Amino acid sequence: MSVTERPAAPAGAPSDGDASGRGAAFSSAVGGEELRVVQPLIFASSRPGRRDVRFPKPSDAAQAAAASQLELPAEALRTAAARLPEVSELDLLRHFNRLSHLNHAIDLGFYPLGSCTMKYNPKVNEWAARLPGLSESHPLDPPELSQGSLEIQWLLAELLREISGMAAVSLQPAAGAQGELTGLLMARAYHRSRGEGEQRTTVLVPDSSHGTNPATATMVGYRTITIPSNERGGIDLAALREALGSDTAALMITNPSTLGMFEDQIDQVVAAVHEVGAIAYMDGANLNAILGRFRAGDAGFDVMHFNLHKTFSTPHGGGGPGAGPVGVSERLAPFLPEPVPVLVEGSPDEVKRNAWAGRTTPGARFALEAEGTREQSIGKVRAFAGNFGMHLRAYTYIRSNGDAGLREVSDDAVLAANYLRVRLTDAYDLPYDRICKHEVVFSGRRQKREHGVTTLDIAKAILDYQIHPPTIYFPLIVEEALMIEPTETESLETLDRFVAVMHEIAERAARDPAALRAAPTTTPVGRLDEASAARRPDLRHDFGTA
Amino acid sequence: MAYAPHTLDDRDAMLAAIGVGSVDELFADIPDSVRARAFDIPPPLTEQEVRRELTRLAGRNRIPEVSFLGAGAYRHLVPAAVMEVIGRSEFATAYTPYQPEVSQGTLQSIYEFQTLVCELTGMEVASASHYDGATATAEAALMACRLTRRDTVAISSAVNPQVRRVLDTYCSGPGIRVIEVEADIAEGGSGLTPIDAAESSLDEHVACLVVQHPNFFGGIEPMAELAATAHRHGAQFVAVVEPTSLAILEAPGAYGADIVAAEGQPLGIPLSFGGPYVGLMAARMDSVRQMPGRLVGATRDAAGRRGYVLTLQAREQHIRREKAASNICTNQALCALAATAYLSAVGPEGLREVAELSMVQTRHAISTLEAAGVGERRFSASYFAEAAVRIPDAKRRHAALAEQGVLAGFPLEDAYPALRDCLLVAATELTTDDDVARLVEALEATP
Amino acid sequence: MTYPDDLRYSKDHEWVRADGSTATIGITSFAADELGDIVFVELPEVGAALKQFAAFGVVESVKAVSDLFAPLSGTVSEVNARLQTEPELLNSDPFGDGWIAKVDVADGDELKALLDADGYAKLTS
Repeated sequence: MSVTERPAAPAGAPSDGDASGRGAAFSSAVGGEELRVVQPLIFASSRPGRRDVRFPKPSDAAQAAAASQLELPAEALRTAAARLPEVSELDLLRHFNRLSHLNHAIDLGFYPLGSCTMKYNPKVNEWAARLPGLSESHPLDPPELSQGSLEIQWLLAELLREISGMAAVSLQPAAGAQGELTGLLMARAYHRSRGEGEQRTTVLVPDSSHGTNPATATMVGYRTITIPSNERGGIDLAALREALGSDTAALMITNPSTLGMFEDQIDQVVAAVHEVGAIAYMDGANLNAILGRFRAGDAGFDVMHFNLHKTFSTPHGGGGPGAGPVGVSERLAPFLPEPVPVLVEGSPDEVKRNAWAGRTTPGARFALEAEGTREQSIGKVRAFAGNFGMHLRAYTYIRSNGDAGLREVSDDAVLAANYLRVRLTDAYDLPYDRICKHEVVFSGRRQKREHGVTTLDIAKAILDYQIHPPTIYFPLIVEEALMIEPTETESLETLDRFVAVMHEIAERAARDPAALRAAPTTTPVGRLDEASAARRPDLRHDFGTA
Repeated sequence: MAYAPHTLDDRDAMLAAIGVGSVDELFADIPDSVRARAFDIPPPLTEQEVRRELTRLAGRNRIPEVSFLGAGAYRHLVPAAVMEVIGRSEFATAYTPYQPEVSQGTLQSIYEFQTLVCELTGMEVASASHYDGATATAEAALMACRLTRRDTVAISSAVNPQVRRVLDTYCSGPGIRVIEVEADIAEGGSGLTPIDAAESSLDEHVACLVVQHPNFFGGIEPMAELAATAHRHGAQFVAVVEPTSLAILEAPGAYGADIVAAEGQPLGIPLSFGGPYVGLMAARMDSVRQMPGRLVGATRDAAGRRGYVLTLQAREQHIRREKAASNICTNQALCALAATAYLSAVGPEGLREVAELSMVQTRHAISTLEAAGVGERRFSASYFAEAAVRIPDAKRRHAALAEQGVLAGFPLEDAYPALRDCLLVAATELTTDDDVARLVEALEATP
Repeated sequence: MTYPDDLRYSKDHEWVRADGSTATIGITSFAADELGDIVFVELPEVGAALKQFAAFGVVESVKAVSDLFAPLSGTVSEVNARLQTEPELLNSDPFGDGWIAKVDVADGDELKALLDADGYAKLTS
């Protein structure tokens, strides 16, 4: 099939599209919709008195008993009701189902969004998350009632320890950025415990780093120093050594890097950091490339975070929830955030042996470490014990894959990225032409210079092929960057179609650049006016004009 | 392996295209000295095997038959329609809407979420989700410090202890001082935050006064007076609220809150042993540039079609890096969608019914305990749907009841040594009259 | 590209129109183009003391953010309030209606440290 041939609109998608093939963006007197609106707001189907969920009336006895208690003071009562929508259940479902049709998603098509690891999210994970025994478990239930939840957390922490080679793991952070915050707070606590808290004030990050790294450093009161990359896309070791000193608190480094490159001087990097007494932090965002091949702990890192929503397939949810557990070396373990799930009775090896065989260990007992046990803990970084729903999905995923499966995950992720690397080098500039890991970063500079087609135009053109574009304009050190992460779960046919699409776009850039600048044309809306949105923010529905 | 699509032929074709003989060659850039030394992970499981394992673990939990446990996470009905909405993989398997043309579903639902949070709180702007109520509160305090250029946070001791501990951690980062305003928890006390204690904690260094309402003990705080006290000293007033209570209790915007933070879990999100939940945050429009978290705004395309985009992104880490308002990136979007669907499903009447039933059943439980001579309310102030109850030998009896599948509440002694023998008792719309009877009977049978 | 002859320019892409003891300052068309669609300007307060080459405000576009650096020292006597509602003036008329602030000049000699139009054109070519 020609790559320009488009599949029919998905079943159930709005079918009243205009000539451009867009969804139901039309003006019609029927329904009185004056504005060109794709799907009206939920408030539009609201009618006073319409109901979906109803609740029982309290019994006379309950009301009588309650009446003997204090009433709410009059001044505490609400004066103007919240204008929540009043809709029927059917209208509610239609509304959200129609909205869902306006999204691209992994389950609909290829999603090579670099740095985000948009792999298939197995459905058995979702099945597990909805088991009533797990979903109805209250975080403050006494440990006697929550042995299952605690065992899952303990086992997951053990598996993450083994995967990373770190000495101890906290599951508490809710996302990668919170893992970074946790890691840097531990680094600072460590320096303070050695009387070096005042002296160490800087955090070093490579110029290819995620924006979260410097933002996190600021939240911990550290000053960020940016280290340039070398011509091979690795960290410039000489510049790093130059910047390292007795004032360095930590180096935060993403490995493989955001350029998709394994940092092949990582041993020297870690040694240099340790030489000045600083903490080596590995941002584990790109762990998907190196499972079973490289462990941060073996390489001497002091702390790393995991992104369960990337490497371990928990769904990204349109922006979250994620989970960002951190692993630490022995010297940082005393500073882990509370609470840590612990095995209080039983042998760890026996419990694991049994769990791997699907058996419960008689007499084994788990608990959350009592508050105050870890005297040097940095405290709590979120309420309760973390995004448990993500923990149990990640546990399910790791157990499903097992050792062989996890190795294959990385093998196939790296295989796919390298395949795209060699198949696309003829059409796009490849600033760093060497073996990559899970992702490959191209540059659209040739298209920009020769045809006036920017990377943004290329991304928008990709949308018309029912493919989500790669990450664009990141990392910052690559001009017109196109950061492609295919992941291991895409078939060769999907990869080949993407190659064909990218070739066709490169060819169209030469032949008809204006058409690319007008893309996309088949999506529910075209390019949106982001400048007006930011200049005059409209951040909520105005009921006055409804 | 279940999820790898490649046949052996596919792999060979890809290796040939790359020009390598084996996948191992693609890892040749990892120095020998740092190659993984071990990888002792158990072998793969088939779907039926992994289901058996998760069923085993779920079975190790015991969900109590009767529970009066709240303390920051509440048992509420999660309507089936809400689960259906968040289960749709078009929402669940998308990511941050960086490409608005193919993310209008997520973006519009966030715009609706922002509108609903503004409606509930009476505020002008709401951000599109934080990790949970505790981190939303901590971020609100840091935001107040940026807005006022002050470096101290005053927080009532009647704020949920978990929230206070998270706020302590976040404030320790940039070196913000935290001072506690002692709630009146003495014998015969109100259980509330005294105005004079708040007054004396405030000076020109204090960026904000943080008060929870209803407070951790369910108590109805004098929010308008506390807000006025904070404002007299040029401090922001941060209200930490419970969203279902806002069906009945005054909107924070109406009593002078500058920033509102809340745990959104009661809005259709399963308990799930503590997460994922969703932190709500709302503020005044003139503070928006110091507000952390994503924001969605309405705009138009070239053809005049209405559409939604991420906006005011220059506040965020991916643009402002070390000068960002926060490091938050991945948030709790799917839980925000659950809250949006929940509020749409229950509507204004349903939310009021939830709040009223929760209030009635909490009062029912407490008055029945009092009538039976089993326990007595510890504080004098009026309360919403949770209250501290003194029950002799509470800790031991609480543990004994748990064995029988009855959770009598949350023992307060560890967090508040002065509240020995006190349980925090919460009921919701799911609490039945039989539950109340079982609680009283179980306590009577366990002296 | 050419720039107005009657202005002086800093390497940080700000311009100055000196008029005796007062001066008007703004950002250059080059800076505005580099930033793209400007959506917000954080203006200094009237009375604020500026120090040459030090940051005094912030300008945001859709996808970028940049500090404003004072091209000379002085005290802010007036700010362009229109920019609060029409930040796009920085794109459409950076040397005219898009001016940012008026300043009581502290030291006229500081102008010598700035570039003329030709020098600035070379810098940005």
